[in-house]
Amino acid sequence: MASISNALRRPTSTTGVWGWITTVDHKKIGIMYGISAFSFFLIGGLEAFIIRLQLARPEHALVSPEIYSQLFTMHALTMIFLGVMPLSAAFFNLVIPLMIGARDVAFPRLNALSLWVFILGALMFQSGWVFGGAPNAGWFAYAPLTSSTFSPGHGMDYYVLGLGILGVSSVAAALNFIVTIINMRAPGMTLMKMPVFVWMTLVTSVLLVTAFPVITVGLIELFLDRTFGFHFFNPAAGADPVLWQHLFWVFGHPEVYILILPAMGIVTEVLPTFSKKPLFGYPVIVLSGISIGFMGWAVWSHHMFTVGLGPIANSVFALTTMTIAVPTGVKIFNWIATMWGGNIELKTPMLYSIGFIFLFIIGGLSGVMHAIAPSDAQQQDTYFIVAHVHYVLFGGSMFAIMSGIHYWFPKASGRMLSESIGKVSFWLMFIGMNVTFFPMHFLGMDGMPRRQYTYDSSYGWDFWNLVATIGVFFLAAGIIAFVHNFFRSIRKGEVAGNDPWDARTLEWSMASPPPEYNFAVIPTVSSRDAFWEQKQTGTTIKENEGGTAYGEEGNHGIHMPSPSYWPLVVAIGLTISGNGLMYSFPAAGFGVFLTMVGIYAWSMEPATAPDNH
Amino acid sequence: MINNRLRIIKLMVFVGLFVAVMSGCTPEHPQSTFDSHGPVAEAQMGLFNLLTWIVSVVFILMTVGLLYTIFKFRARPDSKPPTQTHGNTKLEIAWTIIPIILLAAVAIPTVQTQFYIAAPPEGEDKLVVNVIAHQWWWEFDYPDLGVSTANEFHVPVGTNIEFNLESVDVLHSFWVPKLAGKMDIIPGKTTSMWFKADTVDADPSTPEKDSFYGQCAEFCGVAHSWMRFRVWVDEQDEFDAWVEHEKSLAQDPDTDLAEAGYKLFLTKGCVACHSINGRPDAVAVRGPNLTHFGSRGTLAAGIKPNDDMNLRAWLKDPNSLKTGTIMANEAAVYINPDLALTDSDLDGLVAYLRGLK
Repeated sequence: MASISNALRRPTSTTGVWGWITTVDHKKIGIMYGISAFSFFLIGGLEAFIIRLQLARPEHALVSPEIYSQLFTMHALTMIFLGVMPLSAAFFNLVIPLMIGARDVAFPRLNALSLWVFILGALMFQSGWVFGGAPNAGWFAYAPLTSSTFSPGHGMDYYVLGLGILGVSSVAAALNFIVTIINMRAPGMTLMKMPVFVWMTLVTSVLLVTAFPVITVGLIELFLDRTFGFHFFNPAAGADPVLWQHLFWVFGHPEVYILILPAMGIVTEVLPTFSKKPLFGYPVIVLSGISIGFMGWAVWSHHMFTVGLGPIANSVFALTTMTIAVPTGVKIFNWIATMWGGNIELKTPMLYSIGFIFLFIIGGLSGVMHAIAPSDAQQQDTYFIVAHVHYVLFGGSMFAIMSGIHYWFPKASGRMLSESIGKVSFWLMFIGMNVTFFPMHFLGMDGMPRRQYTYDSSYGWDFWNLVATIGVFFLAAGIIAFVHNFFRSIRKGEVAGNDPWDARTLEWSMASPPPEYNFAVIPTVSSRDAFWEQKQTGTTIKENEGGTAYGEEGNHGIHMPSPSYWPLVVAIGLTISGNGLMYSFPAAGFGVFLTMVGIYAWSMEPATAPDNH
Repeated sequence: MINNRLRIIKLMVFVGLFVAVMSGCTPEHPQSTFDSHGPVAEAQMGLFNLLTWIVSVVFILMTVGLLYTIFKFRARPDSKPPTQTHGNTKLEIAWTIIPIILLAAVAIPTVQTQFYIAAPPEGEDKLVVNVIAHQWWWEFDYPDLGVSTANEFHVPVGTNIEFNLESVDVLHSFWVPKLAGKMDIIPGKTTSMWFKADTVDADPSTPEKDSFYGQCAEFCGVAHSWMRFRVWVDEQDEFDAWVEHEKSLAQDPDTDLAEAGYKLFLTKGCVACHSINGRPDAVAVRGPNLTHFGSRGTLAAGIKPNDDMNLRAWLKDPNSLKTGTIMANEAAVYINPDLALTDSDLDGLVAYLRGLK
């Protein structure tokens, strides 16, 4: 019955376009995740740029309110689901197997599926701009504005189906990393010897697996409402639209930590490396990360302080939310203590990580202010919240991701990014970040609600809006400088060598870029910062005899998983079925059929082709 | 010398930042939350100020710590390899406990205020106002007084006003920043909030009485940005007079032009949505009640002064003031070219509507 798997000849090429498309190598998948996600980040940035130009002066008519609604909805969705989340996934892919001493992830083809579902799902999401209108009811999509009555057309269908498809990608990737981290660590690497980035990836993956089903329930209900006239969220038929808000934020708040925990993980790797000191209080940092993830489930209603849930519910959620400040504060104190007494080198990755700490302090403190439910009633849905969101997501997640890109670029490419351009890009982005987003605190307290496509001059909001728009030009310049640095350095950057930063974790013990099989011999780990210890004590990491597969001497002795077409086929099938549900049910049926064929053929295909040595 | 100059620069930077931050508080603006005029907004501002002080101190301490660490421990050519410390239990316990104590201190006023703003104090007089939100305008009903009006409403000073909030379509949010924080409006259920206005004027610097401004704060569709309203706070006798006036039936047209406008109002389809009390042909409730339209200060949901020019522009093409209104999309005169309003039609309608004092 393996005939379907044989319908497509097993790909053999590991180079060229098809080598990339059919690859199951975690490093190549990570690079493709990174490049595609950064491209979507640029699209999301362009959307934000237009928003800021529109708001630069009162009653500006650069875009119509219809377009503006799509812009702010798509900006949020693009940045969260197509930018920051897959950029984090890029680091999971690139770094996790190397950090834990593994040759690949647990399910390499599933990993390829996650990538292709993400890329095709993201393209489908953005295709709404061209066909029938992008989603326009906000990324939170509060019912009943999302119903077919108030949002006719296909805009919100792109939201429902796009998020649904992207959820497949996220959950598959998360399961993959949970299994990889639990099962595939090198001998000796106990849980409490794992690098913190691995820990944060594990916590994030557990959050993903548990949070996405909640939004999926909501999306299915919304789909039934919109497409078949069900009444899950229709108040005219007796439904309570607040149900959607609960479903959305029960997912949405863990989602916030899905966005920030990997960032904290990156920073926690960068700070010790550039301070030449071990992490201060490793167990506490790990425990804080776990408790932030856990407590993330008990705070969702702080997004709903003005829904009228009553003083008891508001008080409870105010207190649980305030509690999260404790582990977050502990992390920040421990980061500063890690630098204390070290030899701090202000290389670009370190600058971005320090920038992260500074900006995250501001965003974290304004977060505590929002936790105070009664006074939050003045801030809710104003620009004060917009400021907070961007301090934690842009100043937080994105600065950490930029730090991670500068940190691991040499490992992935074998070349260094330019330090001087890197510093210019950092300072432009740091200044731009504050000039753009700090004034939004003022605008919010001055009574400017979010999601206004324009405003009247008599309200006194002109000045700070103009300042915020000016800041965006600095941000754009910083990002352009980085993109330039990237393309310049990938061709003629200084050759990196194995360990350009004098770093601490296992990925730096091998060549840059690493060979396909990562470790010629699986190492045995005896402490945290395994590679650092090896360098300090002058010993080599013990080679683990048991992990050495038969005939592994030399490149071609190691059995690596073979490339496969089937993950791509399944991803194409899923995307066709998603589009089909909007435009043509027979096409959806074909998409489901293609998905089934792909899954069947995949399951019949051996992980390693018999003739592949 | 160099030290002195450095000190001056530091001072200037500090003063500059301080001025920048303080200049963000602009109580004179119409929707500034820094300018509370009632106990609910004051309680909320009080908490905000408390938190601002606390987080500012925490921010300064943490930032100074961060910057000091970076400058003090920068790698220098002669730096020795740092001591490889792994943690310090006492310190870590300290910086876990201190935030807990701070937060516990904040938690008490938080919960107290939350209960205080939930409902007006028992046993005090109150006036009930039902707010019914529509895409994209406001209906204000006084069930105990038999008054219904739109987009502007009056309340007596020093009286607790209890609001019951309802929506006929999507989510909205009711917000008068100088009087109280917002409360969402949810179709299919009733939410509630209250405030009390301590003064009759939102802006003490204006010689004439100025009203309080509010607007929808929950994204509610394409014209969300222009869903505003005004609150007039009156002395009790002024308020009573306003109620009496609101209860009276609409004025008859007093000129030939207004008379012609009235005929157009009946024949051009306006009555499909708008009602005018005392006119049995105009009883629809989909759009704002226009009985005393001419006495309102603003039109199109609080966005423009109610004068002949703005009203004329609004009637000629509602999209020119506010894109996406239901009137522009559905009223016969805007979708059927045969019924389109001529210039003389507009003259008549403006005269009639402005005369509805």
